[in-house]
Amino acid sequence: MVSSNLIVIIAGFTGIIFTYWFFFMKQDTEVIVTDAVDITVEGGYSPASIVLQKDKMTKITFLRKDPSPCLEEVVLSDFNIRKTLPLNQPVTIELTPRKTGEFPFSCGMNMFHGKIIVKD
Amino acid sequence: MKKTFPIKGMHCASCVGRIEKSLKKVSGISTATVNLATEQATVEYDPARVHDEHLSEAVSGAGYQAVLGGTELSSDQQQLERTKELQYLGRMVAMSLTLGGLILWGSFPGLMETAPLFLRQFWVQLILATPVQFWAGWGFYRATISALKHRSANMDTLVAIGTTMAFGYSTAVVFLPNLFKQLGIDPMPYFDVSTIIIGLILLGRYFEAKAKAGTSEAIKKLMSLQAKTARVVRAGKEVDIPIDQVAIGDIIRVRPGEKIPVDGVVSEGESSIDESMVTGESLPVEKTVGDTVVGSTINKTGSFLFRATKVGSETMLARIIKLVQEAQGSKAPIQRLADLVSSYFVPVVIMLAIATFVVWYVVGPSPALLYALLNAIAVLIIACPCAMGLATPTAIMVGTGKGAEHGVLIKDAKSLETAHKVKTVIFDKTGTLTKGKPEVTDVIVNQESRIKNQEALLQLAASIEKGSEHSLAEAIVKAAEEKKLTLSTVTTFKAIPGHGVEGIIDDKRIVFGNRRFMEKEHITIANASAQIESLENDGKTVMMLGAEKTLLGIIAVADVVKESAIDGLNALKKLGVEVAMITGDNTRTANAIGKRLGIARVLAEVLPDQKEAEVRKIQAEGKVVAMVGDGINDAPALAAADVGIAMGSGTDVAIEAADITLINQDLRSVAMAITLSKQTMRTIKQNLFWAFGYNIILIPVAMGILYPFFEILLNPILASVAMASSSVSVVTNSLLLKRKSI
Repeated sequence: MVSSNLIVIIAGFTGIIFTYWFFFMKQDTEVIVTDAVDITVEGGYSPASIVLQKDKMTKITFLRKDPSPCLEEVVLSDFNIRKTLPLNQPVTIELTPRKTGEFPFSCGMNMFHGKIIVKD
Repeated sequence: MKKTFPIKGMHCASCVGRIEKSLKKVSGISTATVNLATEQATVEYDPARVHDEHLSEAVSGAGYQAVLGGTELSSDQQQLERTKELQYLGRMVAMSLTLGGLILWGSFPGLMETAPLFLRQFWVQLILATPVQFWAGWGFYRATISALKHRSANMDTLVAIGTTMAFGYSTAVVFLPNLFKQLGIDPMPYFDVSTIIIGLILLGRYFEAKAKAGTSEAIKKLMSLQAKTARVVRAGKEVDIPIDQVAIGDIIRVRPGEKIPVDGVVSEGESSIDESMVTGESLPVEKTVGDTVVGSTINKTGSFLFRATKVGSETMLARIIKLVQEAQGSKAPIQRLADLVSSYFVPVVIMLAIATFVVWYVVGPSPALLYALLNAIAVLIIACPCAMGLATPTAIMVGTGKGAEHGVLIKDAKSLETAHKVKTVIFDKTGTLTKGKPEVTDVIVNQESRIKNQEALLQLAASIEKGSEHSLAEAIVKAAEEKKLTLSTVTTFKAIPGHGVEGIIDDKRIVFGNRRFMEKEHITIANASAQIESLENDGKTVMMLGAEKTLLGIIAVADVVKESAIDGLNALKKLGVEVAMITGDNTRTANAIGKRLGIARVLAEVLPDQKEAEVRKIQAEGKVVAMVGDGINDAPALAAADVGIAMGSGTDVAIEAADITLINQDLRSVAMAITLSKQTMRTIKQNLFWAFGYNIILIPVAMGILYPFFEILLNPILASVAMASSSVSVVTNSLLLKRKSI
């Protein structure tokens, strides 16, 4: 019994460390966008990090393939945009960022995240 | 470049070939594939040669419609999609709860004795639980797998892990009962837990989806106001054309009972128009030649023609919709904490569930494995990140939508949040508290003169003022026109700057002007001086009419206060808000108006460019200040205030400068906006309190924190009931905002 306790403690500890590493230590690859970008919405956003140019109009098209209701809205709060993403229907947002910096976007309930990086 | 866009009007496989062929004909398109199932076309093309119009033309040439540009489904289609999703969800809920109920009947102590024997068989329970787990629950798995691919997790992940643990343990019990006996555990499966949890969480999701649809009702209502067609005069004939083909300059006929299709100016005829849908103003407004009409409002009585001045996305309705959509997309500062918590929430809950399992396994009572398992499941199931995510945005959506319905346009969530803290409201006087145009307020006949009555005095004054360009003259002529008085011919008209005007009517020399003019003409005004002074103390401009060295009478003109001013100011005072007035008028006039309106704090003789500084002075007293102005002349002051409120007609300038735009131009709406802000903030705070409190209290309970003291544990099924109801209750609470009166 003592040995099984030890195994459970070690496994549990490992599980917690793994969970932390898996969810919190991830690094998104940045995609540099020139005119338009398609973002697939399926268990998150891919690409999740896009780099846009300041003062340039860019078309961002979201295509939601995931029926989970968590992803049915995308919110770009820095740009005052909240869009419903119907399943398998592309939704295009035209964005002309006026400021440089990092602007996160998320699902309606803020569990899935992406970010828009605006550079000069 | 590659592009995918929806196609409308597809029915069969032959449509696919037709559209593909038509698209491929366009030079610059290399490939074109059409999918019947998703009703979408995907093309690869050279963006330098092919534009959206080419794609649209090619598809419409084949007899279909490409949804390009906005690429958004119409609200009707979205509604249909939603209904389909809800129906599917409803079926899954029914199946899960029916099968789960049967399993519960056959396995729950005290209840199972009444169940048919076969339901008590473990393998029968396995058969009943399997479709629930992998069919009804498939959505949870699919979302979990795709989320894990992105190293993300959400509520589906928690449900998938929790129910899989219950289902997996129970399946092991069915197949390996002896192993559990050897471990000292009674081999009882927990299929009821896995199935009922799935059923209840889907049920919660069903109600949540229904309730959430209600939060965006205001936008849907606004969109449905748009007219579909317009009756345009083309080549002398009236033809009905689709609304998107109406161009600026088109002359449009509107018959009684019809909707005005776009914004414009009346060019012929007159009518009364119900503008309540846009401005919230319930009384119909009279319109005649030269007046502006707003698209989507309803023509009540007359038939008239108007010239279109704004179409498409430029119309007032389109701009209102855009503004409300933007406000609903913005985030309130109060949401920051909830955002921070919800972004870490799910992984933290997974870690807590692992810790719960370990602690119960190592130090828990016997059978430790069972306690560890059920408590870990309870932790996973009770946690509800959705309630936190929904707490603020649903209330903001309902709040801004409700505002729009009453003609109060709120720019963003931040403005709505700040408005509830407002302690002082500063009103600009001219054009805001007053109509901005002078009107005749008093016509007093000198009884000792030959003038018979007020009409005769006004007729004479208007006749002589007809030739004047002074703004006060305009008010007098307008007053005479309203009384349908026929004006006399004036000869040798002369304006004397700083004094007034003179002219000859029926061979008599008439003078009309100020006190100085009367003195110059040796006309005695002694017997009317008390009246003149009293009128001047009220902030009115007094003019005197004289002839043959006799005073005929006096006419007072003033910029009259709007009908809604007194009620609007009283409503603010009731809310405990201090009211101030700012104006460029001299102190005497300003104080007179301030006194009439009951405004104690009057900021007079303030030049337009000093208004901003005055706003900052009051802010320096530590007060949150709202500034109410017309949005054009007051833009810097509106921007300087914590909340800038424009009494606008929906012009871009006004909307840009203001945090809140009152398109109904009703001063009572200022108090309404503050009340709405207070109600919305109260709802948000209740929601956040509930969402945070729920998780902060119930997650430790599910972990078993009460067990050492009271032997209380949370049954995973009860956890799913609580979880399913928590997000529904948050959304429902937000919807209750609609019912509150403002």
